[in-house]
Amino acid sequence: MARNKRAIPEINAGSMADIAFLLLIFYLVTTTMDTDKGINRKLPPFDEELVEDPPPIKERNIFTVLVNSNDQLLVEDEYLQISELRAKAMEFIDNNGDGSCEHCQGYKISTSSDNPDKAVVSLQNDRGTSYGMYVKVQNELVAAYEDLRERYAQEKFGRSYRSMDEEEDKEILKEIKLAYPQKISEAEPLNIGG
Amino acid sequence: MAVIKKKKDKALPAVNTSALPDIVFMLLFFFMVATVMREVDLKVTVNKPQATEIQKLERKSLVTYIYAGAPRMKYQDKFGRSPRVQLNDAFASLDDIQPFVIQEREMKSEEDAAMMTMSIKADKTVKMGLITDIKLQLRKAQALKINYSSNQPKDVEALYSSEN
Repeated sequence: MARNKRAIPEINAGSMADIAFLLLIFYLVTTTMDTDKGINRKLPPFDEELVEDPPPIKERNIFTVLVNSNDQLLVEDEYLQISELRAKAMEFIDNNGDGSCEHCQGYKISTSSDNPDKAVVSLQNDRGTSYGMYVKVQNELVAAYEDLRERYAQEKFGRSYRSMDEEEDKEILKEIKLAYPQKISEAEPLNIGG
Repeated sequence: MAVIKKKKDKALPAVNTSALPDIVFMLLFFFMVATVMREVDLKVTVNKPQATEIQKLERKSLVTYIYAGAPRMKYQDKFGRSPRVQLNDAFASLDDIQPFVIQEREMKSEEDAAMMTMSIKADKTVKMGLITDIKLQLRKAQALKINYSSNQPKDVEALYSSEN
């Protein structure tokens, strides 16, 4: 009788903390915190034979960005700072020279692009350009498009483009992207200054 | 007097540590969720460029990494100081990129192979010549989705300063 009344002895959990610490330290050592983020781009497919006669594009529809080996910018034959690039690119894309774009707010300058659909941003760098500068330029050009899309989304849908969900707002996103299609073309780099 | 004597005899009660495992387990779970396994041993220095228009790479299993940068101090006497390409755990030449991409693609399932993203993790001081060569190899290997790995700057103004 006395035996039955006795409680089952407790399992000694004193070393539980040690085991947990061991696991914790293992995870601390073998894992990293950094998440992968970056600018997504798509490369053109590689063709052995070059495409004969690429479709002609009017000079006014091309926004040329040149970066030399000293990381200096030449945009539309004009020396520019990186901080000015975004506004300049937005002005070009949003110009709406032929008046066919209803949501554009550009100045309709006759020497700038016809409409966002026709506007092409052409980027050319030197082989001596630093990668950091290249990413910065890419970033500004993408940002120019993103800012225009953001403005369009705010005006048309009253919502922020950047906070939209890829699955839920598929149709809306499609429309926004169609309003300002991202056309960034990269030319083969020059090899002038090493 | 007797009362005081009794108190002196009693030993200090031990601190209750029964909640310690709980706390440690909590920490453990936090780290298990918030971190990812380290993929490779970096042999090149990679100081990522900064950008604001960055997107997160959602599925790790779809991403393949290419590193480029100057070899680390301890490898410099062997490999020199000029920027090199690193694939997996070893230094590689440009010609190794194509077989590497094909091999990586074969390891993935068919649907995943089409969505494979190449993440270029390059130092910001690397010259574009090397990056262009890598890009050409990727194009030849039909790996067209790429991602220029970059960091979000803490201070956006710093992006436009001339130093970096």
